[in-house]
Amino acid sequence: MLFELRDVGLDRGDRAVLDGFSARIAEGATAIVGPSGAGKSTLLRLLNRLADPSRGEILYRDRPLDSYEPLALRREVSLVPQLPALLEGTVESNLRYAAELAGEPLETEETLRRAGLDPAFAGRDVAKLSVGEQQRAMLARALAQRPAVLLLDEPTSALDHAARDAVEATLARLRSESNLSLVLVSHDPEQARRLGDRVVELEARP
Amino acid sequence: MSTTSIHVELWQVAASLVLVALAAAISFWQRADLERDIAVATARSIVQLTLVGYAIKLIFEADTILLVLALLAVMVFFGAITARHRADKVPGSFGPLLIALALAGASTLGLVVALGIFEPTPRYLVPVGGMVIGNAMTASAVALNRLGDEMADARARIEATLALGATAREAAAPTIRRSLRSGMITLVDSTKTTGLIFFPGTMVGMLLAGASPTDAVRLQLILLYTLLGSVSISALVATLLAYRNFFTSAAQLREL
Repeated sequence: MLFELRDVGLDRGDRAVLDGFSARIAEGATAIVGPSGAGKSTLLRLLNRLADPSRGEILYRDRPLDSYEPLALRREVSLVPQLPALLEGTVESNLRYAAELAGEPLETEETLRRAGLDPAFAGRDVAKLSVGEQQRAMLARALAQRPAVLLLDEPTSALDHAARDAVEATLARLRSESNLSLVLVSHDPEQARRLGDRVVELEARP
Repeated sequence: MSTTSIHVELWQVAASLVLVALAAAISFWQRADLERDIAVATARSIVQLTLVGYAIKLIFEADTILLVLALLAVMVFFGAITARHRADKVPGSFGPLLIALALAGASTLGLVVALGIFEPTPRYLVPVGGMVIGNAMTASAVALNRLGDEMADARARIEATLALGATAREAAAPTIRRSLRSGMITLVDSTKTTGLIFFPGTMVGMLLAGASPTDAVRLQLILLYTLLGSVSISALVATLLAYRNFFTSAAQLREL
């Protein structure tokens, strides 16, 4: 089993952002849907230890998540946040930064193509990219670490239809790669069905 | 360095209050609403400086290094308290500020004494220590103020960098760099323009007291360089200690 969550809860202040959540997430592509405020982004942040649960237990490949060294875990289970947040510089310098952190050799052209970007983007200043291009640069940056799992937070939320279709096509291609699992959060049930082998539904808390 | 002395009569101080009245009048006329603050500031400056004057007189007469160290420790303590108000967006900033001011004061004063620039006597250590700690306080307060703002603005970018498996230090590196720069830049800039658009206080004081311009300039240069050292140490130490308070031991951003 890729991830197993047992009765997981997370409090922020005196409010429970997530409570009593249990799920088993297998290898492959899993989509998580639910309304905003249901704790979808929180769930992804828990899976690569950007936050730790207040209650319950999370297993990754049958071992407790907190038994993994957090930095090494994050290079293996890579999160692409909802809003693009690249480092100042070029697309390639961002990819190089990520690859070096993971100790992986950088194949810039191949990585950009996998993320659905033309290799000509390598030298572009990230400040001059559109939001859609930045989102794909974020995806490329995560791929540069050769992760085993990609956690994708609303990968198309800020995009128009054409850009959304391009990113979805990219994700569909990645999904077919055998050595990469995807866990994807979306507020759109249609998209979840298009991209997920299975769909987990979160409900808003009453 | 030549010993010089100057005598200032109380009536001369009283006469200079005319300029305070002028400031208050301008504020009243233009409705800047600062009359009250000007009055408070004037009263406080008289009381505080007079008290400090007597304290320094006592310390000079006692001529023991222990009293000097006690005075410097008090300055460091109150400096850290004052700087903390400017750094209110940084959690737990008092400890880092206290250590930063103490280290900046101890290392720069220690160095100028060790190099034989100043004798380890109250006459040098008290005024130089006051300047060193005061400037270190301003620099570390500015640096941590910037750190607090930057950590809030750059939250998304920092977390995205952590998500790549970067350490807290690596993820905060651009923020740390900019905070350190903010803390140091004021003094660097004023050192560049010193003598051109402003005359530093020590030099003015020495010239007024009748010292030769050469001596006044040399002493001023020594002080400027000493302050540069102290400002960089305090800004660096405060920033490097304080940024950690934004992160957990598992390299997660704390909810603030």
